[in-house]
Amino acid sequence: MPYNDPSPLEVRILTRRFGLPDSASLDTYLAHDGFQGFERALKLKPEEIIEEVKLSHLRGRGGAGFPAGLKWSFVPRSSPKPKYIVANADESEPGTCKDRLLMEYDPHQLLEGMLIAALAVDAHAGYIYIRGEYRYLIEILDRAIEEARARGYLGRNILGSGFDFEVYTHTGAGAYECGEESALLESLEGKRGVPRIRPPFPAVAGAFGCPTVLNNVETFCAVPYILREGGAAFAALGTPKNGGTRLFCLSGHVNRPGVYELPMGFNLLRMIHEVGGGVWKGKKLKAVIPGGSSCPVLKAGECDLPMDYDSLARAGSMLGSGGVVVMDEDTCMVKVALRIMRFYAHESCGWCIPCREGTMWLRKLLQRFHDGGGTRADIGLIGDVAKSMLGRTFCPLGDAAAMPTISFVEKFREEFEAHLDGRPCPCERAGEAVAV
Amino acid sequence: MTFSPDLEARFARLLESYPPGRRRSALIPMLMYAQDEVGAVTGEVVEEVARRCGVTPLQVDEVVSYYSMLHRQPQGKYHVQVCTNISCLLRGGDKLYEQASRKLGIGHKETTADGRFSLEEVECIGACSWAPAIQVNYDFHHDMTPEKLDKLLASLEKIQ
Ligand SMILES: Cc1cc2nc3c(=O)[nH]c(=O)nc-3n(C[C@H](O)[C@H](O)[C@H](O)COP(=O)(O)O)c2cc1C
Ligand code: FES
Repeated sequence: MPYNDPSPLEVRILTRRFGLPDSASLDTYLAHDGFQGFERALKLKPEEIIEEVKLSHLRGRGGAGFPAGLKWSFVPRSSPKPKYIVANADESEPGTCKDRLLMEYDPHQLLEGMLIAALAVDAHAGYIYIRGEYRYLIEILDRAIEEARARGYLGRNILGSGFDFEVYTHTGAGAYECGEESALLESLEGKRGVPRIRPPFPAVAGAFGCPTVLNNVETFCAVPYILREGGAAFAALGTPKNGGTRLFCLSGHVNRPGVYELPMGFNLLRMIHEVGGGVWKGKKLKAVIPGGSSCPVLKAGECDLPMDYDSLARAGSMLGSGGVVVMDEDTCMVKVALRIMRFYAHESCGWCIPCREGTMWLRKLLQRFHDGGGTRADIGLIGDVAKSMLGRTFCPLGDAAAMPTISFVEKFREEFEAHLDGRPCPCERAGEAVAV
Repeated sequence: MTFSPDLEARFARLLESYPPGRRRSALIPMLMYAQDEVGAVTGEVVEEVARRCGVTPLQVDEVVSYYSMLHRQPQGKYHVQVCTNISCLLRGGDKLYEQASRKLGIGHKETTADGRFSLEEVECIGACSWAPAIQVNYDFHHDMTPEKLDKLLASLEKIQ
């Protein structure tokens, strides 16, 4: 992997062209199976393309894990309205840094995935919504789009098939909430990123009020392989109902942090120890956030489990966006919970009251706690405020803030208690030996 | 208001990217690209972009106030953004932020008197596996250390 060394345990499907000379060029892409998935898709009926994606058990890599083929099947193909394809490249979930690599090192794979989706639902335009901080990727993607158009892989009458499809890049301007699909669509229309009421879902009324397939970048990037090798081949790489590989972003207190492509269902402890080289400085594992900051934390003792959507759900957490954040024994969990809440309070769009007020009060409570001014009653209060947000907000950002918070107070209550009685953070007072 | 020929060409392409009657979609990209060239979203930029996108200046103001990367005042020539979110925090991102603040003599969202540097504590910038990470303008700096940060700031100081 370009920013970190690869691991011999990786199964490289989506990242197999990474590291090749000029891997972002169309020539390299074509020399390594590029656009073969699309050529096969051209021979299939739209329903057959969707069937292949369903067979693959590809689930959305943006966070929720919704089956991609099923989502595509909700698009009313016969609608007289134009249809759109939107790739979510907002990538802002703390702990997540994989879509960036897919776009930087293999932009044509994303374009082919979007093109296949377009063929399946009869869309003729697609947008890549890219977070504002990733400006350099716009240059890379625009170059790839131009190159693909010049060689007949995008634009009018693609490869003589009579099918037309254009792709455009669209920059965001700094807002986590714009990764949420309906807020993203508002932003794409030139507005504040405020979520829309659902239903209707984007499949029926998405971009410009028209039927839209909206998927994460990594989701689209898996599609060319699925069409080329077949849905069953992709499914077989993972565990039941959790097809394929995924890009895990290993970060925090490990010896070899990095983005690694591993089969679905890869054991979390093995990931930390064998792929990531173990916890740094010879320290013990304390906890792991398994899928980006929105996911409930796992204690060290809960980490011997396969990393797929269903296993994580059974463990009371989520596979989320693939951001695996590892924390060693010296980490102050109050500090981590506070930092996470500062993020959500900053990013809450302010549209609905439970999220706006809830995140602000939780931030204040956690800050007071961390500064040593908390009371025993506050421990319960933090949990209560968080629980009262669950399911009561306009979009899932409220849940994303509440769920990890509840897990931190429930699983690490003794650390909250250690901050009581006006004492400042006991971990920080321990001085040099402490990481956080 | 006129922009450079390159930016005008970009705006022309941008306006063709959206369905007919959907000029407003170009609003946020136009503000971002204009800000890069002008240095800030000035009143003049707001008026101009409003005109080009077929909305009122008030509608543009509403958008500007929502997005964290759009700003009304110019930032420093080098806008130093230090991530202190979780993955970076665990590897010393907060210490790097303090170090940058000390070295530059400015705090969060402040600019040095000579206009060379501004500083911002930012949320996750998508470099978590190569933490702690910093962005200077649009450039990423991965796997930062206190020594690397000192070197980086010194090298930016020297550029004329
Ligand atoms: C607050 C919030 C932020 C989100 N951010 C992202 C993001 O940055 N990237 C992403 O792909 N999905 C993000 N999502 C999920 C999207 O709403 C959506 O479910 C996803 O893009 C659908 O694609 P998928 O089915 O391929 O995962 C976010 C959701 C919420 C509630
Ligand atoms: S947490 Fe710092 S880059 Fe993601």
